[in-house]
Amino acid sequence: MTQSAGTPEGSVINNRALFGTLCAAFIAYSAQVYTKGTETPHIDPISDAARYGQQVFQDYNCIACHQFYGLGGYMGPDLTNVISNRGEAYARAFITGGTATMPNLGLSDEEVSGLLAYLSFVDQTGTYPPEDFELRWNGTVAQADDPR
Amino acid sequence: MRLGMLALAAGMLFGVIGGFQFLFPEFLRELLFTKTRPLHVSLVVSWIFLIAIGGIYFYLPRQRGLELYSARAATWHFRIFLATGLAILACYLSGKFGGREYFEFPPVLSIPIFLTWILFGVNYFMTVRQDKEPWPVYYWMWGTGIVFFFITFTEAHLWLIPYFRESMVREIMVQWKSYGALTGSWNMLVYGTALYIATRIGGSDAPARSKLAFSLFFLGLFNLMFGWAHHTYLVPSDTWIRTLAYGVSMTELFIFGKIIWDWRSSLEDWQKNHHCSAYRFLIAADIWVFINLGLALVISVPAFNLITHGTHITVAHAMGSTIGINTMILLASIFYVIREELPKETHAGCSGQIRAGFWTANVSLAVFFTALILAGLGRGTFDGASFQEMMLSIRPFLLVFTLAGVTMMIGLWIVLWHGFRLIGMLLTSARQIELPAPAAP
Repeated sequence: MTQSAGTPEGSVINNRALFGTLCAAFIAYSAQVYTKGTETPHIDPISDAARYGQQVFQDYNCIACHQFYGLGGYMGPDLTNVISNRGEAYARAFITGGTATMPNLGLSDEEVSGLLAYLSFVDQTGTYPPEDFELRWNGTVAQADDPR
Repeated sequence: MRLGMLALAAGMLFGVIGGFQFLFPEFLRELLFTKTRPLHVSLVVSWIFLIAIGGIYFYLPRQRGLELYSARAATWHFRIFLATGLAILACYLSGKFGGREYFEFPPVLSIPIFLTWILFGVNYFMTVRQDKEPWPVYYWMWGTGIVFFFITFTEAHLWLIPYFRESMVREIMVQWKSYGALTGSWNMLVYGTALYIATRIGGSDAPARSKLAFSLFFLGLFNLMFGWAHHTYLVPSDTWIRTLAYGVSMTELFIFGKIIWDWRSSLEDWQKNHHCSAYRFLIAADIWVFINLGLALVISVPAFNLITHGTHITVAHAMGSTIGINTMILLASIFYVIREELPKETHAGCSGQIRAGFWTANVSLAVFFTALILAGLGRGTFDGASFQEMMLSIRPFLLVFTLAGVTMMIGLWIVLWHGFRLIGMLLTSARQIELPAPAAP
């Protein structure tokens, strides 16, 4: 990326400088996102059981059908608050028994417990979809149930 | 390019199977949706990279007069890509997952992918540095696409570090930051290809050196870097991250649409006719840019995003981009190469079957896109408590979406078959030219 604008139209923009400025801003911005504004200080650190459940969630590729905060597959429901909305027993019954759309994946007791611990951990991080919010004139949303 | 066409043909088939599994969960139960979805996604993403990268490897030495820095590195790039791709497919089919959205293969297979991008990046930059003229904008776009793929692919693997993995909000935010920029990086490769073909068909490099073109490039780069967070309005991160994304998203895509629109009106009839297939696919891409721009602007407004987020409207946006824009541009690239390289007596350029496939695919995509938006609205505005009830209420839209997916696949298969066949003829004729003349009897 070495040339300045140098176009037939005589652009005065220095492409190299603009590119460098954007890259510097990107680095600063990325560092900010990595360290501030994305932490979850209001909850306990993840437990060993939940950490194991996170691995189980990935090993069975649950994200192909389910979502957290609306991100993931669409075949099954969002699981962000499944524990507080439906209860652990309900979630356990679905995982172990399967449904018409979700097969019984044959998880061991240890895997099911880990998965439930992980879902409980996710449940504490916030509320999705928002239930208590207000729409502002400029199109933004003020969410009263945002834990931040 | 032929491998890319096979990847798209197979990727669409898995997409259609997944669509039927959505409606009829017992359909091909042995091949779970947890397998068909990543098979579909990975194959279609492979199509985008194979055609975009294949085009760059072709255009630089063949048309820009630059000697490829290392043909051996390019060969190894292809071999490693193919071997890794086959290993990923084998993992999916055998149920070995990494379980990350979009990268659902075991993370160890990311190592050879990193390696291929190093090979490609070194080869690209060492090749284009031979060009002593000021760079046209497509060189910048291709180079930026390569560099930012590498950066964002690395970022997509930060979850392997406990600091990221163990904080749920940070993990989600960094994951979607990387995915947003990753999509932006392949868009750089694809839009660079579109501008390259447009300048070649028009016979002038001026549009690729104009202020407008560089404005497009920098605006695209700005979006790539900072526009990702509209996916995460509802994730409990700091407000400034979401507000910045809202502003950035409003600038998206506009200038790209304008460039192609202006270029179209500058063409003479003979130029349109000479490259009729490539021209047709580029114009289709431009129309899809405007449609997707409208949808992107709507879903980037947080108040609307509240309804559309996590629904099929997001899928409509993704499909409009990958099929309507990226795939149409990449098909233009394939038929541009065919038209340039294959003698006219072998291929006149505008077959009725390609035209039929083109229209079938685009009309089906319009129906497919509309059905997804209606399904998304149904989901977003549903006020019952049961997920199953909601799915039942949007089932008619999902049925239309799946049937439109079938006809779209058939239309694109017709186009791909002709592309595959004609590229095969091109390879055969190239080999014949390279062979020494047979000895006289």
